[in-house]
Amino acid sequence: MSAFDFIRRNPLLWLGAALVAVALALSALVVVPETKQVVVLRFGQPVRIINAYDSRELFGRTGAGLAVKLPFIEHLVWVDKRVLDLDMPGQGVLSTDQYRLEVDAFARYRVVNPVRMYASAGNESRVGEALKPILGSALRNELGKRPFAMMLSPERDVVMTNIKNSLARVAQQYGVEIVDVRIKRADLPDGSPLESAFNRMKSARQQQALSIQAEGARQAQIIRGEADAAAAKTYADSFGKDPAFYDFYRAMQSYRVTFGTDDKEARGSATILLSPDNDYMRQFMGKKQ
Amino acid sequence: MQEDAPGTMLSEGGPWGGSGDKGNGDKKPWTRAGSGPSALDALIRRGRARFGGGGGGGDPADLHLGGLWRWAVLLILVVWIGATSTHTIGLQERGVVTRFGKYIGTLGPGLNWTFPAPIDLVTKVDVDNIHVIDIDRGSDASGENLVLTGDENIIDLAYSVRWSKRDPELFLYELQDPEATIKEVAESAMREEIARVTLDQAIGAQRTQIQQEVAQRAQELLDSYHAGVVIQGVAIKQAGPPSEVMDAFKEVSAAQQNAQSYLNQARAYATQVTARAQGEATAFDAVYAQYKLAPEVTRRRMYYETMERVLAKTDKTVVEPRNVVPYVVPPGVPRPAQEPAK
Repeated sequence: MSAFDFIRRNPLLWLGAALVAVALALSALVVVPETKQVVVLRFGQPVRIINAYDSRELFGRTGAGLAVKLPFIEHLVWVDKRVLDLDMPGQGVLSTDQYRLEVDAFARYRVVNPVRMYASAGNESRVGEALKPILGSALRNELGKRPFAMMLSPERDVVMTNIKNSLARVAQQYGVEIVDVRIKRADLPDGSPLESAFNRMKSARQQQALSIQAEGARQAQIIRGEADAAAAKTYADSFGKDPAFYDFYRAMQSYRVTFGTDDKEARGSATILLSPDNDYMRQFMGKKQ
Repeated sequence: MQEDAPGTMLSEGGPWGGSGDKGNGDKKPWTRAGSGPSALDALIRRGRARFGGGGGGGDPADLHLGGLWRWAVLLILVVWIGATSTHTIGLQERGVVTRFGKYIGTLGPGLNWTFPAPIDLVTKVDVDNIHVIDIDRGSDASGENLVLTGDENIIDLAYSVRWSKRDPELFLYELQDPEATIKEVAESAMREEIARVTLDQAIGAQRTQIQQEVAQRAQELLDSYHAGVVIQGVAIKQAGPPSEVMDAFKEVSAAQQNAQSYLNQARAYATQVTARAQGEATAFDAVYAQYKLAPEVTRRRMYYETMERVLAKTDKTVVEPRNVVPYVVPPGVPRPAQEPAK
C-alpha cells in the first residue's frame, strides 16, 4: 500500500525510474533470431559468439533466443547465418581451342567463423566483394586449361569441384565456407562467335535437307524400277504361254489403236492400198483356200 | 454511487465481458502461459478494493479519471494478449513459432495458442501453394534463351519450374534468397542436362526425359543446401532452333515434304503399272483360254473383226499389182471419185 501511495504521490520519479529500468533491460537483453549469429565485443575484443553456426545443429536447439550482454560495455556485431548468394555474371573465358565463352557462375557461401569474418572483412557483403575476383580468376584458370567441348561434357563436374576447392581455400581465410559453385550458363558471346555457330548450324541443316531429298528421289526410283520389273514378270508369265498367239493378239490390238478404231474420230486419215493377194482379200477374190 | 462506477465501466466495455468469458473458456492456454485467470481476477479485485477503499480520501473526479485510465490500459492489454496469442492457421499453411527469436515449433492447421507478442511470434508459411518461375528470357536483346546442346548447336529454350515449400523453418532460415536460388539452380541443372543431349533430342523426342532429369537434379542440389523446398516439376514450354537458323530448319522440313511427295508419286506409278500389267495379263489369259479351245476359228474371227474395224475407218484402194502402178494421193488433193475396183 505504502509503495503504491508513494508512486501515486511521486509519479514523475516513478516514471523516471521505470524508464531507466526498461532502458537497462533493453540494452542488456538481446533477441537473437535464427537467421543471425552475433559476435559480442568487449571494448573491441571479441569475447563470445551467440548462436554460432554448427553444421550438425537443428532448428530449435540452436543458440538463438534471448541472450544477455553487459550494457554499455559489450557491443554486438550481427552476422548472417544463412547461405548467401554470390553471382558472377558475364565472365569472358578463353578455352584452349580459342573459343571465347561467356560464363555466368554463382557461388553459395556461409559464414562459419564470424569472428574471423569480422576481423578480416567487417561484414558479409564485403566478403562477397572479396570473393568475387577470386571466383572469376578460378573460373578463368580452370576453363582456360580445357577445350570448349569439355563444357558440354560430364567432365564439367570435375571442373566445378576444382573451382570450388580453390575458392574454398581463400574463403577459409575470411571464415567463410563455400557451399557450392555452379556454372549457370556458358555461352558463345554475341557477334562473330555466335554468328559462325549459327552459320555452321545452317550449313549442316542445308546439307541434311539435300540428303533427305536425294534419299527420297533414290527410293522413288527404286519403287518405280521394282514396279516395272514386277509388271514385266506378270507379262512374261502370262504371254510366255504361247508367244505366237501373243504376237497375233497383240498385233490385233495394236492395229485397232493405231488406226484409231477405239476413238469416235480417227486420229489421222489413212488410205490403205490393198493387194488382192492380201490375206484379208482372199475370200474377196473368191480364191479357194 | 461510487461502487457503481466500475460496474458501469464493465457494462460499457462490451468486449470486456466477452474477453472474460473467453478467458474462462480457454483456461488451458492461459495456464500454459503462466499467468492464470486467477491472477487477473486478483488484480481486478484489488483494483476494485482500492477504488472503493481510497474513494473517501481523495477527490472523487480525480479518482474516477484514474480508474478510467487503469481500466483502459487493462482493456488494451487483454485485447493485445488475446489478439497476439491466438493464431488461426489455414489448411494450406504452417505457422513457424519463434520465442524471442528462437525457433520452438511449427503450428499445424486450426486454432493455435502461443505466448503473446513480443514473446512469441508466428510467421505463416503457405506450404501447399505451388509457385511458378518462368525462365525464358536470355541475356541477349532478342529475348531468346539460347542454350548450347551437347553437339555444339544452339537452341532457344523456354521452360518453367514449379516448386512449393516443404519445410517452413528451413525455408525461412537456411537461405538468404530462396527464390533466386531455386531459379539459379534450375537454370544450372537445365543447361547441364541440355549439354548432355544432341540438338535433335533436345527439340524432339527426349523432352519428357529432360524435364524429369532436371527436376531431379535441381531437387538434389536444393536438398544439399537444406532449402526446404520441393520441386514439383519442370516444364519445357518451347524448345526450338533460334530464329537466325529457322529458315534452314524449314528447308529441312520442306525437303522431307519433297522426299515424301517423290515417294508418293513413285508409289502411284507402281500401282498403275502393276495394275495395268495384271489387267492385261488376265485379259490375255482369258482370251487364250478360249483360243485354246478352237485355235484356228478364234484366230480368224479375231483377225476379221479387227480388220473390219480398221478398214471401216479408212479409205481403201485395192490394187492389182500386175496392172496398175499404185500411187498415193497426197493430202489436200481432191480424191478421185472412184477407183476402179474390179
